[in-house]
Amino acid sequence: METFTFDYPADQKATARAHVGVVGSGDLEVLLEPSPDQTAHVRINTSVDGYGQVWKNVLDRFFTRFRKAVRIEINDFGATPGMVALRLEQAVEESRQ
Amino acid sequence: MVQSLDTGTAPRSWNKRGQDKARRLAAVAPWLSGKVLPSSRIVEALEVLVHSGDRVALEGNNQKQADFLSRSLAEVDARKIHDLHLLISSISRREHLTLFEKGIARKVDFAFAGPQSLRVAQLLEDRKLEIGAIYTYVELYARMFVDLTPNIALVCAEKADAQGNLYTGPNTEDTPTIVEATAFRQGIVIAQVNELTDELPRVDIPGSWIDLVVVADRPFAIEPLFTRDPRIINELQILMGMMVIRGIYERHGVTSLNHGIGFDTAAIELLLPTYGASLGLKGKICRNWTLNPHPTLIPAIESGWVESVHCFGSEVGMEDYIRARPDVFFTGHDGSLRSNRVLCQLAGQYGVDLFIGSTLQMDPDGNSSTVTMGRLAGFGGAPNMGHDPKGRRHSTPAWLSLITADSEVVRGRKLVVQLAETYQKGGEPVIVESLDAVQVGKNANMPVAPVMIYGDDVSHVVTEEGIAYLFKADGIEERRAAIAAVAGATPVGLKANPRKTEDLRQRGIVAYPEDMGVRRGDAKRSLLAARSIEELSAWSGGLYQPPARFRTW
Repeated sequence: METFTFDYPADQKATARAHVGVVGSGDLEVLLEPSPDQTAHVRINTSVDGYGQVWKNVLDRFFTRFRKAVRIEINDFGATPGMVALRLEQAVEESRQ
Repeated sequence: MVQSLDTGTAPRSWNKRGQDKARRLAAVAPWLSGKVLPSSRIVEALEVLVHSGDRVALEGNNQKQADFLSRSLAEVDARKIHDLHLLISSISRREHLTLFEKGIARKVDFAFAGPQSLRVAQLLEDRKLEIGAIYTYVELYARMFVDLTPNIALVCAEKADAQGNLYTGPNTEDTPTIVEATAFRQGIVIAQVNELTDELPRVDIPGSWIDLVVVADRPFAIEPLFTRDPRIINELQILMGMMVIRGIYERHGVTSLNHGIGFDTAAIELLLPTYGASLGLKGKICRNWTLNPHPTLIPAIESGWVESVHCFGSEVGMEDYIRARPDVFFTGHDGSLRSNRVLCQLAGQYGVDLFIGSTLQMDPDGNSSTVTMGRLAGFGGAPNMGHDPKGRRHSTPAWLSLITADSEVVRGRKLVVQLAETYQKGGEPVIVESLDAVQVGKNANMPVAPVMIYGDDVSHVVTEEGIAYLFKADGIEERRAAIAAVAGATPVGLKANPRKTEDLRQRGIVAYPEDMGVRRGDAKRSLLAARSIEELSAWSGGLYQPPARFRTW
């Protein structure tokens, strides 16, 4: 079990919430809600240790395209980086509806 | 007259092979009743019929295995019979390698060694096994008609009659090819059968090609290799499947195709009746298939998408379903499937517009391989299906749609699509700087690295990030940039230049889901036409009878 937190600069306001995925084997859940400050905050709880750099790589890529002030909580149960990226994009899609 | 120039030498015999065969068969003649050898005599008979140094084609196909004969061969006295050269398409049983441990066999030419790949690598290192070459199926069989004609063929069938006519049942697979290569160049063909019978349902191989028939101690072994449980298909694979249907099948009008084995391609098959139908694509794509009878194709067949399927082999549990759908499958007058690996490979090379398959590793140039450290698995048929056959001369809309040159003399291209999730389970990147195959090739002193599909044959790469339309890329640098643009958070993907990627998207060389109108949020398991083996069976009206290991009810 490991926990990471990351912050990214944001310049757009978020309004909606989203919840996608489940904490099942090889999967994860992403909870997304607006953040009151000008920053995006990410908190990751993962069952698999030792992948801090890979998490950072996935999030760095995501936040080059996403600039909203949100608070994201990730509860991971061994998802691949591809699955993580998909869930993040799905959360964004859902929050736009 | 010619002989007089050559005084002192006897005239050359032009039938040494036939004479040798007759001598060998004469030695076992007293044991035979017609062509039938009593099962209890098989080891003795092999010790007489097989000579040291012979080339022996052992039927270890992708699926069915002449396991009574391979187990019997492993029991011969290695002092009498040794240094055999084994020709075997699939090294899949323990005793295949026991032959090398005992010294009965020394050299092997093969196409696939999935379950035994670790032991092959070990025996090679211990110098107990020498590899002629690692092939694709059709290459190995092609060489049986050139410079690797077998002295002995050990094959299997379901039934034989007293004349040696064989009935293979749905798994005809490679038997006719191996027998033809051996029988017509005076080799000896021995067939194991499950039973002898007076009347065969149909004749798959004529008795005059067969020398000996022996009833096996138990029915030949067969594995359900092509069954993928929809329960295990995840949303990443569904998203990739949606992109393939929209961004490749629809875009290029792909009507004839081959799917590799995997959960990615199973997802595509299960999306046709749902997602594909919602796009109005029924009848416009995926009509004619060269494919093993994948259970996951059942919903598409039942929904009327599929006109025809020609099969390399059969699949355990699909027999009754196939029998009930003779308009779709190639079946005999007895009603059961007639498969044929070589002809289906040929059809898959020259007849179809598209091959799509998964890989374990891909390099920045799009070369891919399933060979990884410590494993010599081989590639089966993938390299044959997964290449652009330059000898093709007929055109179809899909084949023509890949032409990029503006010239009076141009050729179309087969679509060769590689599917790769950017990371495997366990955190290993799939898109890597250098294939393990390169090092494996060096370690095993191979003349070239064992690449499954060469990058220059690949027209499209699909990952969960998007599609790289490599056939449109201008030069190697642009190809690399396109692959990097869909390589996600792998080390290769991190090197992608966002500005270059944007340019590639503008020019349609790279497409992300939003560029092709695919919503990631729609990639849900509820979009699959069947979500379990049980539902596949229900689609078939109970005709598909899954093997016990796939049953959960």
